[in-house]
Amino acid sequence: MSTAIKTLLSAPISARLGMGMVFITLLAALLAPVIAPYGETEIAADVWMPVSSDHWIGTDNLGRDLFSRLMYGARNTIAIAFLITALSFVIGVVLGFLAATVGGWTDQFLSRCVDILMAFPTLIFALMVLSVVGTSIPALVVVIALLDSTRVYRLSRAVAMDIEVMEFVEAARLRGEGLWWLMRHEILPNAMPPLVAEFGLRFCFVFLFIAALSFLGLGIQPPTADWGSMVRENSGAITFGIYTPLWPAGAIAFLTVGVNLIVDWFLHIASGLED
Amino acid sequence: MMKLAKPEGITALVLKRIGLGLVTLWVISLLIFVGVEALPGDLAEAVLGQSATPETVAAFREELKLDLPPHKRYFAWLGAFIQGDFGNSLANQRPVVDLIGWRFANSLFLAGVTALIAVPVAVLLGILAALYRNTLFDRLISMATLSTISFPEFFVAYILIALLSVQMVIFPSISNINDQMNFWQKLYAIILPCLTLAMVVTAHMMRQTRAAIINILSSPFIEMANLKGLHRLRIVVLHAFPNALSPVINVIALNLAYLVVGVVIVEVVFVYPGLGQLLVDSVSKRDIPVVQASGLIFAATYVLLNLSADVLSIISNPRLRNPR
Amino acid sequence: MKTTEELEKLLLAGKLSRREFIARISALGLTVTLSPALLSATAYADTPKRGGRLRLGLNGGATSDTLDPGIQLAMMPQTLVYGTLANSLVEINAEGDPVPELAESWESAPDAKTWVFKLRKGVEFHNGKSMDADDVIYSMNWHIKEGTKSAAKALVESIVNIKKDDKHTLSFELASGNADFPFTLSDYHLVVGPKDTDFSEGIFTGGYKLESFEPGVRAFAVHNPNYFKSDRAWFDEVEILGINDVNARTNALKTGQIDVMNRCDLKTVHLFKRTPGIQVMRQDGYKHFTFAMRTDIAPYDNNDVRLALKYAVDREQMVKTILRGYGRVGNDHPISVANRYHAGDLPQRQYDPDKAKFHLKKAGLADTTFKFHAAEAAFKGAVDAGALYKEQAAQAGITIDVVREPNDGYWSNVWMKKPWCAVFWGGRPTEDMMFSTAYAKGAAWNDTFWDHSRFNELLVAARAELDEKKRAEMYKEMQGIVRDEGGVVVPMFSADLSAANDKVGHGKLAANWELDGFRAPERWWFKS
Repeated sequence: MSTAIKTLLSAPISARLGMGMVFITLLAALLAPVIAPYGETEIAADVWMPVSSDHWIGTDNLGRDLFSRLMYGARNTIAIAFLITALSFVIGVVLGFLAATVGGWTDQFLSRCVDILMAFPTLIFALMVLSVVGTSIPALVVVIALLDSTRVYRLSRAVAMDIEVMEFVEAARLRGEGLWWLMRHEILPNAMPPLVAEFGLRFCFVFLFIAALSFLGLGIQPPTADWGSMVRENSGAITFGIYTPLWPAGAIAFLTVGVNLIVDWFLHIASGLED
Repeated sequence: MMKLAKPEGITALVLKRIGLGLVTLWVISLLIFVGVEALPGDLAEAVLGQSATPETVAAFREELKLDLPPHKRYFAWLGAFIQGDFGNSLANQRPVVDLIGWRFANSLFLAGVTALIAVPVAVLLGILAALYRNTLFDRLISMATLSTISFPEFFVAYILIALLSVQMVIFPSISNINDQMNFWQKLYAIILPCLTLAMVVTAHMMRQTRAAIINILSSPFIEMANLKGLHRLRIVVLHAFPNALSPVINVIALNLAYLVVGVVIVEVVFVYPGLGQLLVDSVSKRDIPVVQASGLIFAATYVLLNLSADVLSIISNPRLRNPR
Repeated sequence: MKTTEELEKLLLAGKLSRREFIARISALGLTVTLSPALLSATAYADTPKRGGRLRLGLNGGATSDTLDPGIQLAMMPQTLVYGTLANSLVEINAEGDPVPELAESWESAPDAKTWVFKLRKGVEFHNGKSMDADDVIYSMNWHIKEGTKSAAKALVESIVNIKKDDKHTLSFELASGNADFPFTLSDYHLVVGPKDTDFSEGIFTGGYKLESFEPGVRAFAVHNPNYFKSDRAWFDEVEILGINDVNARTNALKTGQIDVMNRCDLKTVHLFKRTPGIQVMRQDGYKHFTFAMRTDIAPYDNNDVRLALKYAVDREQMVKTILRGYGRVGNDHPISVANRYHAGDLPQRQYDPDKAKFHLKKAGLADTTFKFHAAEAAFKGAVDAGALYKEQAAQAGITIDVVREPNDGYWSNVWMKKPWCAVFWGGRPTEDMMFSTAYAKGAAWNDTFWDHSRFNELLVAARAELDEKKRAEMYKEMQGIVRDEGGVVVPMFSADLSAANDKVGHGKLAANWELDGFRAPERWWFKS
């Protein structure tokens, strides 16, 4: 724990900036019901109104307050993206480590399955599955998590294999340590930096994937506020010089940049370079 | 675990992977079939939509032999497919090859032009950023690429359209190419979608190149080269980069696959007649032969690119080349 | 100051010269768009100029599209086949009246069961073959025959026999009298093609010949110099592009890549109107949305429940919010102001939470939750309409639960299956067609599974009634019955909004189908 705190304190400026950005967004997400002046789906005024004292960043395509929707969107988008990433990580890491440590037929079987899943374009796959099971939130979470876990699997397997060939793991094996012990105490701690980095990347990717699904009509359904869908709903305005969708898109970028700054820092730690 | 002792093992590896690739494709064809079957409704209902009546739906089904049991239909399709007959689209009876051929060519055209711009730029920028890491240059590039990959694709597309097509009427807002156009006209028509895709893909590749090179820079042999007093540029380009090839090639392969296969959104926004749009349409119309053929083309592209990436990856990682 | 109508009457009676007419109209501050019925065919206020390539960007193209006249399911094929390449026997003009097209004239027996059509002579198909009665019979049978896939099957079911009297005369024998038979023959499915072909090459009689067709993507046609109408088909070339994304369509029009687009984005059309060089065209046709309740399933089998739900909807707010004002309130029946026998004097049902509460209490179901099934596939804004309805009904103490269904397979799995769902109707040019298609007992698309004996009785009687006044009375009664006892809540009729650049000229727009009855390429021109 103290090492963790020490590491945090030694972070460079960019990482601190990133942490700040993420923190602000999380704050907005948590406090949304308190700080939002209007309801999430409340139609308060006319369509695409400009910035005013009533509506701090104007209104959206149905006349709802954009600021409130942005706050609620933070909540929904972050919660769902986090859930999906966490789920995909649990699946991917466990299976990836397993494949790397046990090897043999398990590895072959799992890797082939993943290859097959990955050979299919994700968007189309999601389309087909979501058409069958519907676009409820649980369905979305499970489907995207499953699809994403393939990439996590690949990475964790590669990383675990790199670690596995090291002497200290071999030593632990010779000592008679069991499979789970190996995975948990030898491999996992050493795999943290690239895995955390990947978590960050996947998290951002999920945002954008949901936005893409919403674009095709299959993502989070209205009237739930979700940054990706909000970009889509308001994009008609751009043609006429009204840059409303810039706000939710900017919000996505804001969070993604913040997360990636932290990710960069972790990658830096993982590489072991000094500067 | 790959157990290879000699370079000849590479050939064995390639053959093995090709074999696995074929099995993968077969399993995918099965999965696609099952998947589309599982979707509620069938072609007749999907095509006729609100205009469907029980009689017309039945007539449709009968004409297209949709009333045969699923396994019969699958094997009939498989048999024909292996012999090179991709069948006809159920919805409008045209040969699938016709439907897919020119669209696939279009997708390759777009992917090719984009890759030609994106790959060199990405690799160059990646090397430069690694070279001058943590300088202002590096940070600026980082910020720029970070922002690009943070926006949803369709948003980047819409902004580009708004700026370069609507406000300043330089480029066309839709890329509807057809055979009445010559090569240069087609190139002009696809500038905006190319730009959109290039921005996203370059950013990804650049970051990975930079990360991979930086990773290598922490290795002992680089430290050795440093101590030897070699020039930084030389170290990065001649010593670090070749060793970073593996992950870099991996990323390039993945992005190339994405360019051919994952650009549905861009195709929709720019109304570009590529394969992605066709696949999406066919799924919603339950047009199985078209879904099968395009799905398999996609899968084959992936398999091929992944195979190349894997092989190159293994060749360049000494640890995986030698047994424990 | 005389009104436009009075001036038109004077013009028609020959009491005003065309020049005087135009001057008087301009003095009223109006632009002159004269209906073809008023003037001789060659006189237009702004002269149509021949030439140019018309580029249309349309929503409604799919890779499964075909040139089969029986399967014309969305605007791209409809505009291509009916609006560019082909003709029917009868055409509906801008006034909503049937006028001769491939048929020269027609008459019926007093019982309206037998109809004799005389065909125009000298009409040639694109391949040079002359059109005669055999071609017409073959084209009609395409939709009638055993095992046809045609979506127009229900339309032609009543045709019992088609007899060829001679090379240019046909007799139609119907199962029962139908005074609107010419309207039926104006349907966009019933185009005439050469006999013994499968129509897949697009060879018909129209003003343009098909040059290339890539379903869902692009169609290209060139002017047919042999076209039998001298005052139509003004363009040299017609290019139809399938652009389903509304933003892409809007951009394409704005940047000059297309000349005409359909289905403007309701959110931005007011901005479009302000854009110089663009004209926005509104047509109030037959399109409407219904919330269909299955009258054969409880609780919707109780008319008090149905009335309660009808009183619980705020129609004005629906039109304002969902359609952004581009529409009209509905009166719980499917007949539009554009239909001839629209009963405008039927009292307009208003939003009345008290009456709603009263009816529900009378039915003894005050605490029921009503599930309303909707998806964007039903109509654009259907789910929002459901959400709005929920809030409006809550004021009356009525609980509605909006169930969002997947878009895929909506018409197979939700419509005509779930007890209460959102439905889109393109509407029909005649009351008989509309009522027979969706409200007659046992009709294939009777989504309320309604069976009202008086209504069914009137339906058959009105169909054959040739006396205008009597017919109007019957249809008025029928509209009243649907309004008060039917299974549909019809909150609104939606207007069609299309846009074009200012170079495109047109006459008065027909309201039966979008883009001037799908016939923009055939009727419009580039201004001089």
